Amino acid sequence: MSTQATTEQKPAPPPIEKIKIKVDGRDIEVPKAMPDWQGKLQPTTMLQACQIAGIDVPHYCYHPKLPIAGNCRMCLVEFGTPAMGPDRKPVLNPDGTSKILRSVLPYEPSTPRGAIACATPISPGMEIYPNSPATKVMREAVLESLLINHPLDCPICDQAGECKLQEYSVDYGKAGSRFIEPKVHKPKAVDLGPRIVLDDERCILCTRCIRFTKDVVGDDKLGVVNRGSYNSIAAYPGTTFDNNYTLNTVDICPVGALTSKDFRFKMRVWFLKETKSLCTSCGTGCNTIVGSREEVMYRYEPRENDAVNSTWMCDSGRLNYKWVNREDRLSKVQGSKLKVQSQEKAWSVAIRDISEILRKAAAGSVAFVASARQTNEELYLLKKLATKSNAITDSVPRIGEGDRLLLNADRNPNSTGSRLIGISGEKMGSNLSKIAEGIRSGSIKTLIVFGEDVTKHGIGADLLAKLENLIVSDILPNATTAAAHYLLPGCAHVEKRGSFVNVKGRVQRFMQALQPKGNARAEWEFLHELVFNVTGQNGYVTIEGLFNQMSKEVPAFNGVSWAGLGDAGVTIQI
Amino acid sequence: MIVPRKNLTFWERLYLPAIASGFKVTARHFRNTVFKGNTVANDLSGGFYPEKKWVVAEGYRGAPYLVKDPEGNTKCVSCQLCEFVCPPKAIKITPPGPAGTADRPNAEKMPKEFEINMLRCIFCGYCQEVCPEEAIFLQKDYSLNAESRQELIYNKEKLLELGGVHQDKIWKWKHKAEEAKEQTTFPVAK
Repeated sequence: MSTQATTEQKPAPPPIEKIKIKVDGRDIEVPKAMPDWQGKLQPTTMLQACQIAGIDVPHYCYHPKLPIAGNCRMCLVEFGTPAMGPDRKPVLNPDGTSKILRSVLPYEPSTPRGAIACATPISPGMEIYPNSPATKVMREAVLESLLINHPLDCPICDQAGECKLQEYSVDYGKAGSRFIEPKVHKPKAVDLGPRIVLDDERCILCTRCIRFTKDVVGDDKLGVVNRGSYNSIAAYPGTTFDNNYTLNTVDICPVGALTSKDFRFKMRVWFLKETKSLCTSCGTGCNTIVGSREEVMYRYEPRENDAVNSTWMCDSGRLNYKWVNREDRLSKVQGSKLKVQSQEKAWSVAIRDISEILRKAAAGSVAFVASARQTNEELYLLKKLATKSNAITDSVPRIGEGDRLLLNADRNPNSTGSRLIGISGEKMGSNLSKIAEGIRSGSIKTLIVFGEDVTKHGIGADLLAKLENLIVSDILPNATTAAAHYLLPGCAHVEKRGSFVNVKGRVQRFMQALQPKGNARAEWEFLHELVFNVTGQNGYVTIEGLFNQMSKEVPAFNGVSWAGLGDAGVTIQI
Repeated sequence: MIVPRKNLTFWERLYLPAIASGFKVTARHFRNTVFKGNTVANDLSGGFYPEKKWVVAEGYRGAPYLVKDPEGNTKCVSCQLCEFVCPPKAIKITPPGPAGTADRPNAEKMPKEFEINMLRCIFCGYCQEVCPEEAIFLQKDYSLNAESRQELIYNKEKLLELGGVHQDKIWKWKHKAEEAKEQTTFPVAK
């Protein structure tokens, strides 16, 4: 994951001493210490050194964002250290190179002895052999041991296709099994929590889930119970595994032991198209991957971004996608004042009518309620329209309860963007009562609402009935869309591109995974047409150009470009 | 190489004797068909297609159908590998989803719907080869006819009916379930 696209001004860290080692016969220099899962400097491990050398070492229990446990033994590698003479000086070979002692069993010097790469620090002059015959034998043996009691029910396992046990068995395992005894059977389809199913037979006891919930979430609820082959994962007796971060254990589980109840038996993962996106459930803006197939969205998965969400996301955000697939999504241009029957012509007629209304509107007779769930580009175009008609604008605040990890109290994904672009003031929602008052007194005749049900925010159906023109764009039907004179169907964030600014000022972009439903169009596309018709200003018809134009005109975004956002985004001053 | 054309003999040049011998063959077939009921088709395979279907050899790759195990349970577990491997994308499986439960013992997953579009199927046999459950087989049907395209999209019910019973020798899931049941008597409190 690229993190170079940042404008953060941090003091350069003090240089870390480098040491020379040899990986797979190649000389490389690696830093003596590297950040651990909490970012503290710790001695560099063999696994990290191999990663720097570009060599993958298979591992199950090691996870870069979790404390090291070293229990799966999958990352065993053969290594050697320089031999020291009695004078504490390296023993040299006849050709002048230092003599390397390969690691062997102390009581059986002809047998190579591996060390777990994830927890063994490197030392100067060390040689690591991640592809040696001895290492290969060790990996085969570890995999054989892990597969002894594994049920091999891949055809009915949701993890199949993204399972490390499958992958490593193919890459490093033996072709056949020598085990003929009956396998140990453990409980299947255990209800571990409201969102998690546990299959104990598939578990390889790497304890990633236990460490995650204890050390990252701080909810020490999982543990290993029973002995020997009957070891199994369980929640503390009498409780259920139900914190707001449980579904991350499904992601980090290297096998199919922990699976999501929501995604259970819904789709095989190899069919899913993966699109880089963002979570829209709160102001944190966790980076996500959207899994979709044939225009249906199946799941969110977190995407690594150390500046925002590390590799995690909360369950409430992850499961907040089902509205995208709803049957009653708005897909037609409608409205009581729209004088056209065919949907083919509806857009051009609606845009023409609305442009006419806005061109003729007297200054101050128009009000805008834009949603803080809209993208920066859309808010920017709406601001242009509002400036032209000297309109009053605002967004609707959504406040919930935050937590210390990822969930933010601000449940709008783009409150910061709305404020920076000037749609809402310092205190979001303070203009809503003014708009209601304006409609009541008759000074506001045209109301433009994007993505909000204003009847729930102080502008009731009686006030909407007083308006001359009510222009609404939304994606799901509600009381405001029902009253609309012109209803323009919009797109969910997974159906268009755009950018959000999170509560900490991180500008991030998201990509399109699905096609718009029916006759719906991305908001920025038709807003661009409206802006041209009403103000005469021509802009860019691509999201890249639009963003770059906005970054020139809105001071907070100065110097940021769409391409420069990259996958990880850019932090701006807010 | 030039092959010189042989000159016709006087008898051949007469032309009428050849016509007559031709009519002799026709008359023999006419007599055999009308009076004896013998035809070439009857002689060789017992009748004419389509009244008499050609019997295919063992190993022939006809239409793929789903099979049941000898206890009458659907073998397919909806792993969707056949859907993935199918070159003409003829197979469409609807997985059961979280609420869907299997209406049989043993494996906890089975397809909610399984469709094969026989108009698309090219009888390649990849589905049979990839199936980890021995649940789909290319059988001996080679002539699929219908009055509409929709009729040739076979659903799960039809595929199971046409597929028949597979004499399973492995009993993978049943074996597993029985093994697990035996182990519950192990003297360790759960």
